[in-house]
Amino acid sequence: MDKKIIEVDQVVVKFAGDSGDGMQLTGTQFSNTSALEGDDVSTFPDYPAEIRAPQGTVGGVSGFQLHFGKKVDTPGDFADVLVAMNPAALKANVKWAKDGATIIIDTDSFTEKNFKKAGCNPEKLKEIYNDYNVIEAPITSLTKESLKDSGLDAKSITRSKNMFALGMVYCIFDRPLDHTIKFFETKFAKKPEIAEANKKVLKDGYNYAVTIHAMPSYRVHSSSIAKGTYRNINGNIATAWGLLAAAEKANLPFFLGSYPITPASEILVEIENRRDLGAKAFQAEDEIGGIVTSIGAAFAGHFAATSTSGPGLALKSEAIGLAVITELPLVIVNVQRGGPSTGLPTKTEQSDLFQALFGRNGESPVPVIAASTPSNCFRYAFEASKMALEHMTPVLLLTDGFIANGTEPWKIPSMKDLPEIKTKFVEKDADHYLPYERDEKMVRKWAVPGMKGFEHRIGGLEKMKNTGNVSYVPENHEVMSIERDKKVKMIQDEIPDLKVEGNPDADILVVGWGSTYGHLTTAVRELNEEGKKVAHAHFNYINPLPKNTNNILSKYKEIIVFELNLGQFAKYLRMMHPHNHYEYYDKIQGLPLTVTEIKQKVNQILESL
Amino acid sequence: MADTKYTFKDFKSDQEIRWCPGCGDTAILMAVQKAMAELGHPKENYAVISGIGCSSRFPYYMNTYGFHGIHGRAGVLASGVKTANPKLSVWQITGDGDGLAIGGNHFIHEIRRNVDLNIVLFNNQIYGLTKGQYSPTSVFGQITKSSPYGTIEPPFHPGELVIGARGKFFARSIDAKVAETVEILKEADRHKGTSVVEVLQNCVIYNNGAHSAITSKETRDDNQLWLKHGEPMIFGKEKNKGLILENMKLKVVTIGENGITEDDILVHDAHEELPYIHLALINMSIADGFPVAFGVIRSVEAPTYEVLLEKQIEEVRAKSKIKNVDDLLHSGNTWTVD
Repeated sequence: MDKKIIEVDQVVVKFAGDSGDGMQLTGTQFSNTSALEGDDVSTFPDYPAEIRAPQGTVGGVSGFQLHFGKKVDTPGDFADVLVAMNPAALKANVKWAKDGATIIIDTDSFTEKNFKKAGCNPEKLKEIYNDYNVIEAPITSLTKESLKDSGLDAKSITRSKNMFALGMVYCIFDRPLDHTIKFFETKFAKKPEIAEANKKVLKDGYNYAVTIHAMPSYRVHSSSIAKGTYRNINGNIATAWGLLAAAEKANLPFFLGSYPITPASEILVEIENRRDLGAKAFQAEDEIGGIVTSIGAAFAGHFAATSTSGPGLALKSEAIGLAVITELPLVIVNVQRGGPSTGLPTKTEQSDLFQALFGRNGESPVPVIAASTPSNCFRYAFEASKMALEHMTPVLLLTDGFIANGTEPWKIPSMKDLPEIKTKFVEKDADHYLPYERDEKMVRKWAVPGMKGFEHRIGGLEKMKNTGNVSYVPENHEVMSIERDKKVKMIQDEIPDLKVEGNPDADILVVGWGSTYGHLTTAVRELNEEGKKVAHAHFNYINPLPKNTNNILSKYKEIIVFELNLGQFAKYLRMMHPHNHYEYYDKIQGLPLTVTEIKQKVNQILESL
Repeated sequence: MADTKYTFKDFKSDQEIRWCPGCGDTAILMAVQKAMAELGHPKENYAVISGIGCSSRFPYYMNTYGFHGIHGRAGVLASGVKTANPKLSVWQITGDGDGLAIGGNHFIHEIRRNVDLNIVLFNNQIYGLTKGQYSPTSVFGQITKSSPYGTIEPPFHPGELVIGARGKFFARSIDAKVAETVEILKEADRHKGTSVVEVLQNCVIYNNGAHSAITSKETRDDNQLWLKHGEPMIFGKEKNKGLILENMKLKVVTIGENGITEDDILVHDAHEELPYIHLALINMSIADGFPVAFGVIRSVEAPTYEVLLEKQIEEVRAKSKIKNVDDLLHSGNTWTVD
């Protein structure tokens, strides 16, 4: 049989199995290999909140979707190839497979018992055969056969079946095995028998796919990416590194007070690992302890940050107010997840925008910045830090589960190319120091314990203008409230203008903020390629908004705001710039937008114009 | 010790003291100022950190670096300051409400971590600043604004919590005993690790006389046992009462009666790691026929959090190939596109 070769620019692959099947590792290996081969890659790990949900059930399905090739900005809406390790994985994911997609199933696990666990009818499976190209492979038994002489125990052998599946997918996409083999050799340097077993299974999987002429085969056109050194990075690591880069640039020691919470814990873990850069990470007893130790460290002259997710941000609210009134530099990272309450811990959402903007007692202005891709979490963490240190204010950085866990190749920046950070320390030989005296940008000076002659007291009570002494004078409270507000508003002078992508002369403007960037830019690009006229403006600076915001918004007949909540940013824009008409497109399923649904919505509006 | 010479006046700020006339806080303020002057650290190296409550206004009256935080969070605020800059002498000022109710979680965890902080816990068994509600140390049955029929909650003993959190330093004093408090505070500062000094403090407005059974002139000699490391546990007007251990329990005895001599009296060992006797001393009460223990009850050496952290940083730094952020960005798998 001749191999059918499909030439494409991009391909979406999804690995799905039980949460103990190693799908995250399998997906990560495939993405790393693709990135090392020079492709654009975007990934979307999607896993249950339970560490080991009941085996074989739909609730326990862990998935890893990745999109690679040319001009890839999203993890893709629908999969070209789906690997389903059991019936539950197939049931949960078949709706995310393209019509005619290739589906690889491990027939060994398609047993009556597993169908029952997944709550699906085996007869239904037959229908799937009509719509998809199903490759039935006895993956578990072939893995057992492959490793029967390895000397490994039965459990270890079965655990390697994900590598058999990976080998098969490598074959379909004609990918080299070297990168993954190198990974085994490093990871299992001290357990060579495990490294050998994994290699053997990977190769046997590859060879098996060759033998059965697994079809079709894809040839994916590589991206023509800019020269430079690249790495894969996810949003959480990029955030942690952005904070560290800011500390180094500002020449300050770094402190992170935090408390583990999904999906933000990885930031704490990374900083704990960065003892080598002198970073101090403090795993506090609770969320409040996380931020308050950071405020203490900021008072003591460190560049301090705290990391959390929605429920944790709620617990930190009072302390953010303390940082507002004491005017100390602090970055609060909120990796948003589905809410309210515990909500959907492992799923993505943009529903903490109002909490970030308004979720504190009193007049409590805080700058809010949102990162929009996994790798630009680095840039916006750096920008948030710079803003906090240069304006002596807490700054809230919003990311979310989608970009926090998603990875993409990133052209590694050089520290020397990052902008300077000018800290606001009082000059050591200053002849006087008033803690709340402000400069032309309304910023106070920072004096820290250990600096002789600048002893002073700060705290949560309202303070007298300039001196910072406790004051209950009515007019003074108004003056100080206005000064704090003005200080944050003046940051607008320093943030970049909003840009328009797509066709700026369109009638219709697609608006988004934060992590929806990839899907929106892809949809707008495709619409323009299809001959439609569509513009796209994407916000990273939420408070203050860029200066030219209304100039841009007011140019368009129709503005559609796409977001993963019930219209928070649209309502905010309406509040800030009330004379424009805003259409909403909201999604609140714990899932990212799809390019398909964005295009549908835009087309629908275009038709009505 | 620095050669700088200070007097307590150097530690007074220019702010008007707003505590009620006769408040026990004023005496504690004086004791802290004297202790700081005598300790002789450079003034700029003191940081006084508090939460919320009457006692927590303290930093405003000190001419040092100070931070008046939010309710219950003095412990974590102080832990952040000390972890960031271990050279500082960090003092946490808190009360029975701030430290043991809303801040109870931070209290036990800072002690467990053994961050080198000096915690001064003002215990007046009442919420003063909110005008007289019961606190976690109010006595069972106490009638307050929020317990009009008497509390139905057994109180915490702060020292017992310290032992429960595996604390290494606990001392007790009385607001009016300034000279004794100064000495205890100095010992607390010299101790490396979390030092908790409970000061029995009188709230003249909402709980006046809460400690009077212990402090009144007539009974105080019989009701106070001032402990000194290495000295026998002797007390009483006639200095003839003491403590012995009988059947694993403390017992009050009189020297000269039943053949008891001074040699039979327990000698205080504040440095004993096993906390049993310290705990028994902490829990002695007049109601059970015991004097109340004062002075440094427990003072045991142990590694401190901020020192261990810095040590770990140095060790990892020496070994790691990552020396700066550029190294970090290029660590692990990278590839080059030409």
